[in-house]
Amino acid sequence: MKQIIIGLVIAISSFSYGQDCTYIFLGELKDFHDGTPIESATIYQKESGKYAFSDLDGKFKIENLCAGTLTLTISHANCETKTVSFEINGDSFKTILMEHHIEELNEVSVTAHVDKKETKTAQETVLKEQTLKKYSALSIGDALKEVAGVSSISTGSSIVKPMINGMHSSRLIMLNNNVRLQDQDWGIEHAPNMDVNAVSQISVIKGAGALAYGGDAIGGVVVANPERVFLKDTLFGKTTLSGQTNGRGYAFNTKLNKYTKKGWFASVQGSLKQNGDFEAPDYVLTNTGSNSKGFTFRAGKQTFESGFEVFYSYLNNEIGILKASHIGNIEDLVSAINSSEPLVIEDFSYDINAPKQDVTHQVAKAMYYKRFNNFGKVNLQYDYQNNQRYEYDIRVGDDRDTPALDLKLQTHTISSDIVLDALKGYKLKFGIMGRYQDNFANPDTGIRRLIPDYDKYDFGIYTTAEHNLNAKMTLDFGLRYDYNRIDAKKYYITSRWEERGYDEDFSNIILEDLGTQLLVNPVFDYHNFSASAGFNYQLNEHNSFIGNYSLSSRPPNPSELFSDGLHHSAARIELGDLNLTKETSNRVSASYNHNSNQLNLTVEAFYNHINDYMYIEPTGIEQTIRGAFPVWEYLQTDAELYGIDLSANYNFNAHFNFSNKSSYTVGNDIENDRPLINIPAFNTRNSITYTNDWKQFSASLTSEWTFEQTKYPDNNFETYIASTNETVLVDVSTPPSAYQLLNFYSEVTLKTSNKTNLNIALSVNNLLDTNYRAYLNRLRYFADDMGRNVMLQLQFNY
Amino acid sequence: MKTIKFLFITVLSLSALVSCSSDDDTPEAVNEEEIITTVRLELTAASGDMVVLQSQDLDGEGPDAPVYTINGTILADTEYTGDIQFLNELESPAEDITEEVLEEGVDHQVFYTFTTNNADSSVTYTDMDDNGNPIGLSTTFNSGATSTDNILVVTLRHEPTKSADGVSTGDITNAGGATDANVTFTYDVN
Repeated sequence: MKQIIIGLVIAISSFSYGQDCTYIFLGELKDFHDGTPIESATIYQKESGKYAFSDLDGKFKIENLCAGTLTLTISHANCETKTVSFEINGDSFKTILMEHHIEELNEVSVTAHVDKKETKTAQETVLKEQTLKKYSALSIGDALKEVAGVSSISTGSSIVKPMINGMHSSRLIMLNNNVRLQDQDWGIEHAPNMDVNAVSQISVIKGAGALAYGGDAIGGVVVANPERVFLKDTLFGKTTLSGQTNGRGYAFNTKLNKYTKKGWFASVQGSLKQNGDFEAPDYVLTNTGSNSKGFTFRAGKQTFESGFEVFYSYLNNEIGILKASHIGNIEDLVSAINSSEPLVIEDFSYDINAPKQDVTHQVAKAMYYKRFNNFGKVNLQYDYQNNQRYEYDIRVGDDRDTPALDLKLQTHTISSDIVLDALKGYKLKFGIMGRYQDNFANPDTGIRRLIPDYDKYDFGIYTTAEHNLNAKMTLDFGLRYDYNRIDAKKYYITSRWEERGYDEDFSNIILEDLGTQLLVNPVFDYHNFSASAGFNYQLNEHNSFIGNYSLSSRPPNPSELFSDGLHHSAARIELGDLNLTKETSNRVSASYNHNSNQLNLTVEAFYNHINDYMYIEPTGIEQTIRGAFPVWEYLQTDAELYGIDLSANYNFNAHFNFSNKSSYTVGNDIENDRPLINIPAFNTRNSITYTNDWKQFSASLTSEWTFEQTKYPDNNFETYIASTNETVLVDVSTPPSAYQLLNFYSEVTLKTSNKTNLNIALSVNNLLDTNYRAYLNRLRYFADDMGRNVMLQLQFNY
Repeated sequence: MKTIKFLFITVLSLSALVSCSSDDDTPEAVNEEEIITTVRLELTAASGDMVVLQSQDLDGEGPDAPVYTINGTILADTEYTGDIQFLNELESPAEDITEEVLEEGVDHQVFYTFTTNNADSSVTYTDMDDNGNPIGLSTTFNSGATSTDNILVVTLRHEPTKSADGVSTGDITNAGGATDANVTFTYDVN
């Protein structure tokens, strides 16, 4: 092979033309990081259209050059493609440093280096393994809070949903190894089914700029990817073991990777986590234990020319929900709110009783890519997801152990994209996606379905373009069209059907009349256009600006359309609306970035205007045999969200570092001139870190300060409490007070042999055992948040 | 060529998967088994006179409010035997949920609270669970003096703290637990 390459080099370079063109250019390719020569790279000479290849020492030679500009595009399976220009006025020798990282499985996501992001002009932050490992025993939602502007909306301590700039659930896209998670994300108590231990890097993209992933990411996109593959004969792994005092929990994770020089790779990963009841500073949070099991397998072959991958992931989470939050009617809610302590406090236990969730998510994926000379790269992918969700409520009699909710969501997606990079200065991408989804709500629960059976069909087509205008300015554009069809079969209580006025608007969709119930067949089609445009301007070595505009729309999700019934944990009747239309967002953003040895500073500002923004709010009270319940209805309005996120890192000297992450977000309902619900309050996180080369020691102290949210809609309502013959005001709106938490983190890495090391980390969260309740925790009416937690983690790398 | 072959195989296997998963054309209707549609309090005097107070909500969680009816006349200064029933009348024949409450008596209690008591009526428990605490399915009702617009609130609590202060004598204040039924009966004493 080597001989052929050398032969080719000679053959190409000896092919000469032009009389005055006699100069010789000698090049040497070296790894940017360790200076090792890079062999077998392709060197494309733009002026002549010829190719050369580097030899074993990373050297190559181009002969018969004319005076003038020489432009070389160097590509290599393990490197980022690089284009360099030289002025030729004699024989010359240059060393060219290559960023040595891997050609990812998808051209979409050539990552693994902090500077190499998913997007060029969107507000994107990359979290790497070094950061993620701190969250081994926690959830993905906790890890993402490392990014300024990302908060979470949670149900207790174990169900944590990420929130980007005040938006969550269906307004975010979550990708795991290029598979868009389809795990009933419409539910506010449905946490993303992704194991933080199974991923190696996460990119958080604010806004809908990354159109390749979908056109409905009004809030943003979270892209999680596994390890990059090295073309090297190697076997390595890591095993993490951790224990924590709060919840008396442990976590175990192990991962093994095998790579070969020829491009074959395989990795397996498994994790186990368990904890018992968490504890607030003053009491046990009864029934908050959880149990998690995860497994992933990935194998394939990856070369510059072509490659394939098969991937399988399994994740099961069984999560107990605070017992005191199980309430029967509004009277119970009033007593819970008025009580300073939860109404049920029992001794610590590992038992997980009802109410609880038991969710299993499986992903299987196969993907193939091939690169065509002078054209680009074609990717093909098929993935299948199976999401089985059980929710158990406190029930009586024979139904005691029957789930109250039993949903199985299956999704098949086939997608393909073509990346054209042959044209210098431009990178074009085309993609197409087809998806079929089937939701099955098991009637054996004996409880009316919260979400009906439905079939959903999605089709998407997009194109994105990236253009390097000059060395300083990069532009990008994107266009996308999505078609969605939802075809549901749902039973409505006849009285509800009439009360909603559906008997007038939807009388043609009734399939069957069972007397008290109606079986109907709503079918809805949505056409969505999305677009984005942006620029990235590198002012100089240290300063850069980016700007981006994106248009995106989101069709209503099954919960917004079809919800109809009592939501026990919230003691409210939630009603969807078949008349809802898609919401459309126009978002502009601008960022400034300063990067020097001493200071890293990123300021990101955004304004997002959303037409027909879907939200839920109380609209009245209904009486049932259980008592009175407030009715919360899905409505639409025009909304705006804007804010500013700041992230700064300052090195005082080689040992001391200060960092700040702050975020300020405002959300307004424009039509009704009032704030939006569940918008995070101003929060600021400040850390001081001391690092020392000795055993890579570091210690940091972090203050997390969350202000009181003063902008909130007044959704309080009055209700009559029969038992006391009083009408009382139910305060479900007022946010809790501000709080400040101190966290400590320290680690050392001990070398155990030439190739192995042991990382020991000790952390203390909520160091001062502060009592607090968070506005964005749905269980804040019932109990305080977690108290002090001391955690010890050992990570063995081999 | 390889690409086309790969694409072809993928599409083929996808369509195979899709075609085998569409087996649930018409979903089965769910008749809720546990829902309480009806709370019925039967008061029987020693004379055999009977008064029935009933709250019935046949659309369950639907928008219609429960309908309250009273059949018979409550006489002044009379002792009645009280029997309460919880029914699911969406099932046919109606399911008697009272039996489940009785079976799991330790985890249930019925509370009788007068919010307007012009008659000075009273309710006392006459049954017991396995721990010797009242369940409240059987009671004695003393009607009191002639009066109008008395209001009795009947609440069925699941998992109350029966040992809490006052709970065993029928005071709901410290009971806790989750409410399964909560109805209001208005009556006159003649």
